[in-house]
Amino acid sequence: MECQRCHENTASVHYTQVINGKKDEVHLCEKCAEKEGYMDFSNQHLSMHQFLTSMVPLDSAFKKNQSIQPETATQCDYCGMTYGEFRRKGKFGCSHCYESFSSYLTPLLKRVHSGNTEHVGKIPKRIGGNLHKQREVENLRTKLQEAIQAEAFEEAATIRDQIHQLKQELEEERKGGEA
Amino acid sequence: MSLQDFIDDAISPWLNDGGEDNDIVLSSRIRLARNLDKVPFPTSGKEEPLEKVLEYMEEEFNGQTFNGFKDFQLAKMSDLDPVEKRVLIEKHLISPNLAENERSGAVLISKNEQVSIMVNEEDHLRLQIYYPGLQLKQAVDTAFEIDDWIEGKIGYAFDEEKGYLTSCPTNVGTGLRASVMMHLPALTMTNQMNQIVPEINKLGLVVRGIYGEGSEALGNLYQVSNQVTLGKSEEEIIQDLTSVVKELIDSERRSREWIVQQSGIQLEDKLFRSYGILSNSRIIQSKEASKCLSDIRLAIDLGWIKGISKTILNELMVLTQPGFLQHYAKKGLSPRERDVFRAKLIRERLTMEEEK
Repeated sequence: MECQRCHENTASVHYTQVINGKKDEVHLCEKCAEKEGYMDFSNQHLSMHQFLTSMVPLDSAFKKNQSIQPETATQCDYCGMTYGEFRRKGKFGCSHCYESFSSYLTPLLKRVHSGNTEHVGKIPKRIGGNLHKQREVENLRTKLQEAIQAEAFEEAATIRDQIHQLKQELEEERKGGEA
Repeated sequence: MSLQDFIDDAISPWLNDGGEDNDIVLSSRIRLARNLDKVPFPTSGKEEPLEKVLEYMEEEFNGQTFNGFKDFQLAKMSDLDPVEKRVLIEKHLISPNLAENERSGAVLISKNEQVSIMVNEEDHLRLQIYYPGLQLKQAVDTAFEIDDWIEGKIGYAFDEEKGYLTSCPTNVGTGLRASVMMHLPALTMTNQMNQIVPEINKLGLVVRGIYGEGSEALGNLYQVSNQVTLGKSEEEIIQDLTSVVKELIDSERRSREWIVQQSGIQLEDKLFRSYGILSNSRIIQSKEASKCLSDIRLAIDLGWIKGISKTILNELMVLTQPGFLQHYAKKGLSPRERDVFRAKLIRERLTMEEEK
């Protein structure tokens, strides 16, 4: 019996399934059975970069400036990756690439991250307290607005004092840094 | 190895401990992507610096204990044989991608297998933590603690504007992928998933089958996860995901009730037939096995089948995959032999439950 899919090899995998009276027969060669997922279903994972490279028309950035050759013009000065390479792979070569290719990056990030381009989450501890405090001030400002809108004025006053305190600390750190 | 030992081996210990809504949500997972500052990414193809990363990770973290997570053990890909790697992939402790990195790839796994840290996968570090049931908040809090612990010994690549820098721009920002594994047989049976999935996609979340290809979800097991990692805080990501998951849980419960009301006896018949197949078949392919396992799990949830542990679905889904089957058989098996072995293993497992 020949394989039902490729019609070339001999079928060596035969399955008959009867589910609720409905009979289903499949005859495949080992290769096709593997391909059809009759033997193995663990080794499948999405390749995100294939998606990326197909969905992002980054060339549009170049079309406006025809004199630049995308494959050679831009290169990361830390790891040596070219922009063309990044486009093919969909992955950067090092953390410095983000800076090297920053001019092409914004439209890509917008597309992938629902229009967002700026990080608002966790910050590494060793980056320093300054950024943590700045972020907190921003958060507190949002909360202050919410409290005022909800007419929770006592809460608003507390938040205002917290903002004040943080700003003072930031100011002192700035002065300390300059001295 | 006795069957019991093997199963203890197959099912990670953390999976047995309940969690919220665990009739529908099997597990919650948090993954953080992190890279070292001033070291080329694993995607650069530069091997020497990556070998140094591996060396450093081994020195600093092998055998270490952090809070409740005891005795992190480092396994290098170059030291594992193909079946061992396959087993780790099937337990979702490593990715197929990592398994291919023979030169500098490794994984640190906590003793209870709840935490795994992949070294030199696509990023230098991929921290992953699992919790049973719906526990995303708990998972993210713990992941942060571990993240801080690692950061105490390593400088992360971080940019004030772009956040944590990752080799793929789809992960930049928080580097967070939060996902929930759900068993949704009633929504699948009633063809509602086809309508629900596009709606969820619009919210920046992804739904896909954990096993199986394309839109097909073997064992009616789905993974729901966030797509966006930039411009949203970790808390927001978790909140958004949790609220969608809760919606799905409600819809699934309503659908189950509806089916039981409309055609209870037919459903009961279908589920018990599956029980019959698994208890008696001598050859079974993974597709049919996963369908029947899903049916048994539903029957357990509905209180129709008693005395079988709920974890049988996740357990046997992992256990009956090629790597595990061969690990248990202690030899390579041809696809046909696997189907015979799979049937045997499931029968033995069910008998074991009945004897309890």
